[in-house]
Amino acid sequence: MSKIRSSKFIAVLVAIVFLAIGLFAGRAIFKPADLPPALPPTFFQQADGGTGNWTQKGVFSGTIHEVKNGQVIQDAVRKAVPGDLIRVWPGTYNETVYIDKDNITIQGVIVKGEWPVLDGKKVLNDGFLYSGNGMVIENFVIKDYKGNGIMGQAGNNFIIRNNRVHDAGVYGIFPEYGTNGLVERNVLSGIEDAAIYMGMCDNIDVRYNYVYESVAGIEIENCRHALVEYNYCFNNTGGILAFITPGLPIKTCYDVIIRNNYVFENNHPNFGAEGSIVASLPSGTGIIVMAADEVVIENNIIAGNKNLGIAITDFSFGANMRSDPDSDPNPDRLVILDNLMYDNGLDPSTEEIRTLMSTGVIKRAPDIAVVGNGSGSCILNKGAYQTYGLDNWGQCQIASTASVKTYMLSEPVPPRDVTLEEKGKMTYYGVCSGCHSYSVRMVGPPTQVIQALYKGNPQGIADYIANPARKREDYPEMPPQNYLSEETRLAVAEYMLTVDK
Amino acid sequence: MVAIAAAIAMGCGHEGPSPTPSIIPDGRTEAVQEGFHLAEACPPGFELTDEGVCRLRNLYQQYGSLKDKGVGGLKTGLPPVRDGFAPQQIDLGRLLFFDPVLSKDSSLSCASCHRPDKGFTDGKARSEGVLGLPVGRSAPSLWNVAFQERFFWDARAATLEEQMQGPLFAADEMGNTPEQLLATLNGNAEYVRLFSEAFPDGAKGIALPQVLHAISAFETSLISLNSRYDQYAHGHHAALTQNEQDGLNVFRSFVARCAECHTPPLFTNRELAVIGTPDPDGMPFDQGAQKPTGDTDQRGAFKIPSLRNIAKTAPYMHSGRFATLREAAKFYTEGRGHAVPKGEKLKLHWHIWEPELSDRDLDLLVEFLHTLTDESLMPRIPKSLPSGSSPYTGWEDGIDKFK
Repeated sequence: MSKIRSSKFIAVLVAIVFLAIGLFAGRAIFKPADLPPALPPTFFQQADGGTGNWTQKGVFSGTIHEVKNGQVIQDAVRKAVPGDLIRVWPGTYNETVYIDKDNITIQGVIVKGEWPVLDGKKVLNDGFLYSGNGMVIENFVIKDYKGNGIMGQAGNNFIIRNNRVHDAGVYGIFPEYGTNGLVERNVLSGIEDAAIYMGMCDNIDVRYNYVYESVAGIEIENCRHALVEYNYCFNNTGGILAFITPGLPIKTCYDVIIRNNYVFENNHPNFGAEGSIVASLPSGTGIIVMAADEVVIENNIIAGNKNLGIAITDFSFGANMRSDPDSDPNPDRLVILDNLMYDNGLDPSTEEIRTLMSTGVIKRAPDIAVVGNGSGSCILNKGAYQTYGLDNWGQCQIASTASVKTYMLSEPVPPRDVTLEEKGKMTYYGVCSGCHSYSVRMVGPPTQVIQALYKGNPQGIADYIANPARKREDYPEMPPQNYLSEETRLAVAEYMLTVDK
Repeated sequence: MVAIAAAIAMGCGHEGPSPTPSIIPDGRTEAVQEGFHLAEACPPGFELTDEGVCRLRNLYQQYGSLKDKGVGGLKTGLPPVRDGFAPQQIDLGRLLFFDPVLSKDSSLSCASCHRPDKGFTDGKARSEGVLGLPVGRSAPSLWNVAFQERFFWDARAATLEEQMQGPLFAADEMGNTPEQLLATLNGNAEYVRLFSEAFPDGAKGIALPQVLHAISAFETSLISLNSRYDQYAHGHHAALTQNEQDGLNVFRSFVARCAECHTPPLFTNRELAVIGTPDPDGMPFDQGAQKPTGDTDQRGAFKIPSLRNIAKTAPYMHSGRFATLREAAKFYTEGRGHAVPKGEKLKLHWHIWEPELSDRDLDLLVEFLHTLTDESLMPRIPKSLPSGSSPYTGWEDGIDKFK
């Protein structure tokens, strides 16, 4: 099956190979580097100087809720308010925990090696689902879910730390649409898509994770300012991916540093779901850059990946990829600094490559191969590797990204600064104006009439709208607006008294 | 009463005399007055600024969104909105929207296919134009169209102004021509006066861009952002029952994956997708966005619709193939590409897979989708129109809803 899926990519690769043979007949494969110098890339020096120090401070400032074996974590989430800490003791919890609140920490308590286990029993969809900012999830074993182990939809300033996620479905850890986050010291295996999948995020670090026996180890997709460092990616179908996937609402992926990772023997058979993008990943590929820009690959140990060490490609890579006029398919301004590449391409996964090898054209598949266009890229010491398609790559003018310690920000992303007056105005027009206009009778009495009744008494309005009673024979009774917080009710009351048109 | 209104509508050609407006039920609050007067106040949901234009205000403006794209989770800002129209232009657009004088034979208004009582759709699998025959696709809802950047199921128009010239001037839809439309409007003293009021800087006489502008102004005033779901999203969790919260969790889970394309807060990510829904029996395969783009990758691609007020807009999909939300939801769990005609090679979206949703999952999804209903900012139906026609022309059975 995987042979069929990968055949398109390989077909293109083969075409490039033949082209290379035609153009460079007679030239040695290992010709020493003779490259034009490339301009020094500047993007990673433009980091905002973030320190990520906020992750050390801890965000817990409220009440502790203890959850013991036999209890339900979601019950604690219901009670929790922003700033609270939920401590989950060892035991087995069969539930989907969803958190639509800000600044909640859910922390497993590990006692003598016993962990709290979230077990989906292959019946439940997801382990954790969150949408709030300031989410911390740590110290859980999460297994046997159908969807994701941990999934975030929006939610800035997230920390997902020290979890063990096994056979948790499609993605193991999947924060989406978040800014400023950390995924570290997690162990993941048996995931049928990406074990760690950073989707449409900004300013993220993924570090010290151990991912194995999954289809994709770590995937950075349509993200900006991502640092992928000190991870151990072993025996996945593909180790580390930096992708622009077309057709998503956020179209770019750039400024990604893949540094100091161990990308080792990612030769697992592909067990991705039919139709998924990773289902076309050729087994045995260490690092794959698809369409992403400004990706630095530095100081990784990339070894024993049977197909390719590093594959760089446009959208032709995925058999299932659809064109997107708003996404640039070409990987541009890539930087490959020194990496240890050893024993890659020893047993490429397709017949075509085998044929090339058997005819003696190549001894094995290349360490680094580029398919498609792209410009402004550079490599250090190209001659150290067997490469294809890097002819227009320059010699890098930098040797290290050491100046970048983290891509997280120094402080949490603050909530949007909205004054109470503005909140009152948003509520007045967004909610009240459906029934009240300034001077004309609508469903309810005009605002002018209310102003006359409640002059100088916003609290009176705030109290009334929380618990209205029928006041006028000629108007229907107002429904309670108690879904607005007390603060919002007072803010809108105050605003209502100031409306003048 | 329906019968009376229908009779009035039938007797009301574009040259006909004005019917007695007062017997057309309105039931809302518009004052009965001599002649027409354009509103000086903004419609609900909008603040009248010192510059004299209407700006949308809503609770989602408390939040930001990544890259200002308006996609994410519950407390995520919306995409950029198109607002800033003068109240008079919005109100004039309202009259035009409901006025069948815009069609070739005064038999259909915009509202005939975009009925307020049916989520600004028409309840038909495919809409019917002046010829009385079904057109190619289903009428999309107009709620929250102010946040859209592409129009038509196949996304071939970039603005509302461009879009509405499709139905206005297509022979099988409203069947009009720009010349006839302008002649009709310029021949109506009331409209000439109202246009000069709404466009005080305009040249003498009504011009087509003004007509399109006014209708765009009205359509972008159709805002639905205060459903029970929204109350939950803003933090009032009691707004949804446990079943509805469970349904939300199915909706956003990576098993059903609904939220990956129908992404909050708009419940669309405004992209196109190839999902392979079946066309009605006997209809040829609809090539979707391949036609305007020429791109075979876009074969069968359609705009991802917003799901706000979705419970009001049956039947579902581009040709109304599914009668209920339950059937529409079930489509996604019946196998990737199961309804793709033999021989068609489609690049199905990667989120179309085999989620194996249970009957209970589907029930919960439908329950959740009903929480996206909010019609609190429903515009008023005009009591009468400058043309003298009924504002209910072509949807007389909707009158009852607005009594």
